[in-house]
Amino acid sequence: MSRILRYLVLFLGALLFVFPFYYMLISSFQSEPQTTLGSVLPSGGFTLDNYTAINSRVDLIQSLVNSGIFTGGVLLGTVVFGVLAGYALARLHFRGQGTLFASMLLVQIVPFQLLIIPIYVMIVRTYGLADSYLGMIVPFAINSTAVFIFRQFFLSLPEELFAAARLDGASEIRILWSIALPLVRPALVTATLLTFIGPWNEFLWPFLVTKDADMQPLAVSLANYISNVAGRAANPYGAILAGAVVLSAPAVALFAAFQRHFTASDLGSGVKG
Amino acid sequence: MTLTTQTKARGKPPRARSRSRLAALVGRQPIGIALAAPYALFLVAVFAYPLVLAVWISFHDYFFAAPGVEVERPFVGLENYRTVLSDPDVQQSFVNVAEFLLINVPLTVVLSLVLAAGLNGAIRGRTFLRLAYFAPYVTASVALVAVWLFMFSQDGMVNELLGPLAPDPSWLVNSTLAMPVIALFVTWKQLGFFVLLYLAALQGVPKELYESAASDGAGRLGAFWHVTVPGVRSATTLVLILSTITGANLFTEPYLLTNGGGPNGASSSPVLVMYQKGIEQGNPDTAAAIGVVLVIGVLLISLVHKKLVERD
Repeated sequence: MSRILRYLVLFLGALLFVFPFYYMLISSFQSEPQTTLGSVLPSGGFTLDNYTAINSRVDLIQSLVNSGIFTGGVLLGTVVFGVLAGYALARLHFRGQGTLFASMLLVQIVPFQLLIIPIYVMIVRTYGLADSYLGMIVPFAINSTAVFIFRQFFLSLPEELFAAARLDGASEIRILWSIALPLVRPALVTATLLTFIGPWNEFLWPFLVTKDADMQPLAVSLANYISNVAGRAANPYGAILAGAVVLSAPAVALFAAFQRHFTASDLGSGVKG
Repeated sequence: MTLTTQTKARGKPPRARSRSRLAALVGRQPIGIALAAPYALFLVAVFAYPLVLAVWISFHDYFFAAPGVEVERPFVGLENYRTVLSDPDVQQSFVNVAEFLLINVPLTVVLSLVLAAGLNGAIRGRTFLRLAYFAPYVTASVALVAVWLFMFSQDGMVNELLGPLAPDPSWLVNSTLAMPVIALFVTWKQLGFFVLLYLAALQGVPKELYESAASDGAGRLGAFWHVTVPGVRSATTLVLILSTITGANLFTEPYLLTNGGGPNGASSSPVLVMYQKGIEQGNPDTAAAIGVVLVIGVLLISLVHKKLVERD
């Protein structure tokens, strides 16, 4: 009895979570998205018109390229500098280590949004980086949660491994590159996924730095379409939902493909710290 | 660490001693400084300095000027704070976020713990369930807001479903319902992440405790209440603090879902007001003051959460 109840609750709940995605997808393929209850089932009339419509208002390809560059830059910064920092924090002893570790933890509870005014002043006003990829990337360049995950994984490797390599005279860079890094590949996948969804989905910051439509990531150009144009269009939802499908597809697909790397134990090491 | 290297150095040849003195200064493996330097610089440039700058701006008459132009920005003491705290728009946004937190935080804690307990252990359809609960978390707010706008619009699916029970005015243009809908949206979007946190914490609850609870005659509900809930207490602190921070960061949802915090500011948030006052209207000084007040608020709430949950 209680088992049936458990499954019932879990699957009904899951349905509530999945339904908006399903609804978004089928409505985006209908010539005129209906809101009647019957519209929950696809009513034939499959069309790509909505995708053409959103593409004529928002340059989808250019927006996706911008999202890609923004996300790619953050991923590059996080993987390169984050791994170095994570390794140093986990396996080396140096002055300022404790302070850096404490700052890394502190940063995760300082809401980024609250720093937007000073960061906006710095990046846009002082350095004139408005409408540039660099301006978008810099505040997100190294994801602290990823650094934390790298540190936890490096920390879990046995010390003998490092002692032996050091006795053999290997440099720290060499130890990191040929011994430690291959062993923490799961951490790389987890951290990359986690880092990806940050900039890909981010709205506020790229919205503040990009006024030029050719520079806007998809999240920003779609949001602008929703808030400016849509109100005046007769039936705007078809185009909006088509844009939403394009925006969510890469993140959902990546997560579905790598979901086994996104497990409780992978993040658990991070949580228990 | 520095202490042990120093004691070891005693009585060693002078070269070793000078090396250990160096070690005391820069650490045993100074290359660590080089490896960590980019990240440390990043933290200084993007967190420490802006934090100081935010406080500085909030105490000065600050306005935007063209790059490179020297302008005078006089110290004004608490003037910006006085302006901010007496501004009805700002007060309204703080009341709104309090309402948001009162709905979102308890709902998040209860639902994510119950779901995690349900998902824990062997269960059919695990992959599907995990994907389902996690999908909103990995998806952009902007995309999800689009569907919610569609579902909760005047003649949207939800109102069709409710028929005569549909609220009037409709959800997102109703000043009583706009904020609860946003709180519900954010709970739904973030829940998967918190389920994951609780799933991780559940792995750390010893199985024997459940066995002894069962032998004491506790039912499943009793075991949940007496073993699971206290067993994941530190995760609960984390969930409380993180969901409070998410709430304090609220921007995208009121900006898009209720068209800029409408109706009439009934669903505005402090970050939205910061954006409107600071960047749209060009008053970065008062906006920075809102940010400082909000950070202090978040820190206080976090401390209270920590004290409450880890009381005994």
